[in-house]
Amino acid sequence: MGHSQKESVWGSCNLFSRKAILFSLTLLVFFNFHLKDTQAHPLSPPTELFAQDTPNDHGKSISLNWNLSPDDGKVEGGVLSYEILRSTGLQGVFEVVGSVPAGTKEFTDQDTALVNSHNYYYKSRAVAVTDSAVSEIFGPVTPSGQWFHTGKTSVFVATLLFCLIIIVAISYAKRGGKLYIRPLAGINAVDEAIGRATEMGQPILFVPGLGEAYEVATIAAFTILGRVARKTAEYQSRLIVPAYYPMVMVVSQEVVKSAYMDVGRPDIYNEKDIFFVTQEQFPYAAAVNGIMLRERPAANFYLGKFYAESLMLAETGFLAGSIQIAGTDEPIQIPFFVAACDYVLIGEELYAASAYLSRDPVQLGTLKGQDWNKLAIVILVGLGILTATLGFAWFINLFNVNI
Amino acid sequence: MRRQIPLYIVLVCGIVFVIQFFIPSHESEFIFEYGQDWVMVIGILALPLGIWSYLRKTWLTAVKKPKERFFAGVSLFGFAIMMLTGLKRESLMAGSLYMELFEYVLIPIQATIFSLLAFYIASAAYRAFRARSVIATMLLGTAFIVMLRLIPLGPISDVNQALVGWILSVPNMAAKRGLLIGIGLGAIATCIKIILGIERTYLGRD
Repeated sequence: MGHSQKESVWGSCNLFSRKAILFSLTLLVFFNFHLKDTQAHPLSPPTELFAQDTPNDHGKSISLNWNLSPDDGKVEGGVLSYEILRSTGLQGVFEVVGSVPAGTKEFTDQDTALVNSHNYYYKSRAVAVTDSAVSEIFGPVTPSGQWFHTGKTSVFVATLLFCLIIIVAISYAKRGGKLYIRPLAGINAVDEAIGRATEMGQPILFVPGLGEAYEVATIAAFTILGRVARKTAEYQSRLIVPAYYPMVMVVSQEVVKSAYMDVGRPDIYNEKDIFFVTQEQFPYAAAVNGIMLRERPAANFYLGKFYAESLMLAETGFLAGSIQIAGTDEPIQIPFFVAACDYVLIGEELYAASAYLSRDPVQLGTLKGQDWNKLAIVILVGLGILTATLGFAWFINLFNVNI
Repeated sequence: MRRQIPLYIVLVCGIVFVIQFFIPSHESEFIFEYGQDWVMVIGILALPLGIWSYLRKTWLTAVKKPKERFFAGVSLFGFAIMMLTGLKRESLMAGSLYMELFEYVLIPIQATIFSLLAFYIASAAYRAFRARSVIATMLLGTAFIVMLRLIPLGPISDVNQALVGWILSVPNMAAKRGLLIGIGLGAIATCIKIILGIERTYLGRD
């Protein structure tokens, strides 16, 4: 009876209604299974969330890291990304402040809204296609600025030691201690080159390089320029200084003018011979080459910062038959100068020139201090090789710099 | 007193900027950026002096040296054209006359001068690599091996590559590092001398 009744109910439906019932049943079965599957394997959250103030910065930054969700890396239903949520209170509203793709275990919160010395709480949320899972709350964390960059500790200690050794060497020199400084052919040749130019009645060309006035190499060049200018003032030779920067021109004019005044010949100082050329590298090289070929200076000085134009200048000077003295702290340009110049101040010798020229005990003391520091570095390098060979990594780690 | 004030400024600024390097705070960064801005401002203040110096020098050359008059004239003409075309606010935009002159006149001229470097290298290399002594012969041999790296050598290519790699990364690198350490120490020592006022030639008189 029941059977016939059922049949009658089913039979009473039209074709469209039957299809609709079958479709509804199918959907119900599908979602039921899916729901059961989800309930059986809910998305796992990231674990071990940890947050701390970002070290060695000016604050307003918090670094977070966590362990990946076990569902990270799954092809179906796996984690797609991690969202980082932040709140100012444990019970407060957590807002998303950033998101990183799956597989990422860290995030740095550098939101401008972060305020130093305020507490913050964090959560990390694993996000899948249809699901998400939130980690436990971590906090409070307080961002703050540091007053010392601990990653630069080794640099700080080395700087202090270096300065200390220099000061000891200066005081030793002041007390009349004997300091041997090996002679530098390039420095000794300065007077010879100026004398030759004077005898030939030709000008002297001083090229202070492509460095700005505040660069150490250019400042060292000014020192030598002062010495050259004194000699040219004494011998009444013409000194030409083409400058790459207006500021270099201004300082060069002041240095040369002072040298002429010191010698008592301000009347022969010619400001027009110390001039600005251009701030473009190769036009500058072309202009200086032109000066060499037109004015035919008997002595050329290339001292300061030089780049690709070094060989163009030095080779033109060589072809013009000038005696040439060069010095730069650019290691790549040194071989070019060696190939084309008569004398070369290699690297640090450029900086040492002022001490050589002045023979001032204090200056010589700094030079000696440099040598002692070099000796210390050689010893440390030797110790580094020895300890690394013996497997003691701690010694090398002492010198790590983490900027 | 004229010399003392700059020396005090150098002393204070030098110490402040050394300390600033080790302080990561916001204030420290501000001081560093502020100092850099000042360097730019001072550089810009010197620019009119540079332009005046250039114009005076070129004009005097044109007037006093008839042989160089044409070149001085070209230089002054170029300066005037670039200055006039660069006056407009839009002159730095692509397609402006200023940018066209810069890209299609100035840059090719600079590239031409740069390309001349190849000839300078050839003539310098001829002198540098002459086998006049044992050391010069060693240099010649080493340079020959290093240059061969750029040429396919068939079966010995790999051996040559390995040899060149060793030359560049061991003896060459050792010499380079020695130079760099010396330069670094020299630069620091010079900075100490400047900060303490031992080195003051840049101010004019010693």
